Amino acid sequence: MRKLFYIVQKEFIQIFRNKAILPLMTVVPIMQLIVLSFAASNEVRNVQLAIVDQDNSEYSRLITSKIKNSDRFILMDNPPSVKLADGMMQSGNADIILTIPPQFEKNFFKNKTGEIQLLVNAINGQQATVGAAYLAQIIQSFNQEIRLDAVPQLAVMKQFSSPQLRIENSNWYNPDLSYKDFMVPGILGELATLLVMLLTAMNIVREREIGTIEQINVTPIKKWQFILGKMIPFLFIGMFLLTVGMIAGKLIFDIPIVGSLWVIFAYCLLNLTAVLGIGLFISNLADTQQQAMFITFFFAIIFILMCGLFTPIESMPKMAQYFTIPNPIAHFVHVMRSVLLKGSEFSDVAYNFKVTAVLAVVFNSLAILSYRKVS
Amino acid sequence: MENNAITAIGLTKKFGDFTAVNAITFEVKKGEIFGFLGANGAGKTTAIKMLIGLSRPTNGQATVAGFDVFKQTNRIKENIGYMSQKFSLYEDLTVKQNINFYGGIYGLSRKKIIEKTASIIENLNLRSYANKVVGDLPLGWKQRLSFAVASVHDPKIIFLDEPTGGVDPATRRQFWEMIYEASNNGITIFVTTHYMDEAEYCHRVSIMVDGKIEALGTPRELKERFKVNSMDDVFIQLARG
Repeated sequence: MRKLFYIVQKEFIQIFRNKAILPLMTVVPIMQLIVLSFAASNEVRNVQLAIVDQDNSEYSRLITSKIKNSDRFILMDNPPSVKLADGMMQSGNADIILTIPPQFEKNFFKNKTGEIQLLVNAINGQQATVGAAYLAQIIQSFNQEIRLDAVPQLAVMKQFSSPQLRIENSNWYNPDLSYKDFMVPGILGELATLLVMLLTAMNIVREREIGTIEQINVTPIKKWQFILGKMIPFLFIGMFLLTVGMIAGKLIFDIPIVGSLWVIFAYCLLNLTAVLGIGLFISNLADTQQQAMFITFFFAIIFILMCGLFTPIESMPKMAQYFTIPNPIAHFVHVMRSVLLKGSEFSDVAYNFKVTAVLAVVFNSLAILSYRKVS
Repeated sequence: MENNAITAIGLTKKFGDFTAVNAITFEVKKGEIFGFLGANGAGKTTAIKMLIGLSRPTNGQATVAGFDVFKQTNRIKENIGYMSQKFSLYEDLTVKQNINFYGGIYGLSRKKIIEKTASIIENLNLRSYANKVVGDLPLGWKQRLSFAVASVHDPKIIFLDEPTGGVDPATRRQFWEMIYEASNNGITIFVTTHYMDEAEYCHRVSIMVDGKIEALGTPRELKERFKVNSMDDVFIQLARG
């Protein structure tokens, strides 16, 4: 046990002596948290719209003004012809073209139908589908209004008419659909795990490069003492980062903390232990820091893209969903969000605790087994 | 056997088809300074690694400090010190922190570590450097500190793998004084070197060629056997085959 203390002490001295690493471990992640949380927004705003109004009727103007009032769209222009509007889309000045054909109002009264065309630039699929959906919603509600207007009997008959379903949404746990509330906890979890994984991956391999590992290997120190001695300082750094990040998140973004911080920190400890195991395992496999970097990079990309931070895991193909099970960041993001936003208790995230515990055991066993004192 | 610090019988290491160390047999007596010579690539470092428990022998037997190299590597490690050709102290730790760390992982008591730290700094005249990082020391001083740290736990045997590479003659001289002092205190020294003048300082030497020990004896015996005047000539005759 005393030997362990000496290893931990040595690691801490080295970490605090390294003038380059220290700010990388504290300031940079907080900056990332701030920048990413502000910028990495999934919300669709500022959709550029061109409306070709060939009808110029009361109704067509009504639609136009309704759309104008929505803050999601910017009405770029009212080109007189579809051809000109096409040109706008071609040159990137319009994302959606709304065409109101001639005789729109007339047809509506005469035939009880009206047709409107939406042309969507789907290069950015997200923007296109979400934008078009918003637009459709506006037109839909407009439709409801004018139906009553156009066929006055309908208003009278309304109570007798065929039943209609009306959907009322209510957003639980994040009532304002605040994007930041949703992203900050996830990004924080992701940053903490990535940093810890990278630092540990570089650690042992660095000793191998310098040659000190050989000196360690001729001492009677046990594998587990060495590995544990390497883990404790990084566990500490990860927890420290999380604490600072939570405080920053609260002060800057006012993220809600509904659930218990104990659950958060207990889970963080467990999760970082698992991640450390990966880092140390990589460190044992690699011969140079460069190799370690590339292996870490490989895992990091997969972990980030498949952690549910940016794209919901539920909408991934079934196969891909299985791959998220051994991804510690996926569990981290889930636990952070559930506990902070929803107030989940331990029993609600027990599944994540269990899986992460298994991951921690597996990864750390790999780390200890792959650390070879003898060639 | 009991008077031997190291006994090796038919010790062999193969890497695939390549035999790096081919059935070497020798013994090193307690308190002896044993020079382990050989050209680059002759298999010296591999042989040392088997003796200190960093590499598992393919064949043969060996005991180091009375312990078996197959089964008791951890007991061996408690009883030996090792200084490699690569400088192996932490350059970003101070002199004191290095001694403290290695003393600690060898399991010395806190009191013992403080004592050792004081005596090493005193002996090496490092007082003004005690709180400086090791990276700032001149190479010669680093090597001597390395040696002191390798023997911080009072081992029975110290293995030195080319300890004086790249060091000036005056510092080499000082280094060998440290070796003699350790030897006088009853510590067995197992040293590899490329400097034949250093070979002359050894009590006995062996010369390895292509994985085999081709000659073993005191420097004087070897010179007589090969009818030459210096260890240099002995080495050249053997190494050329």
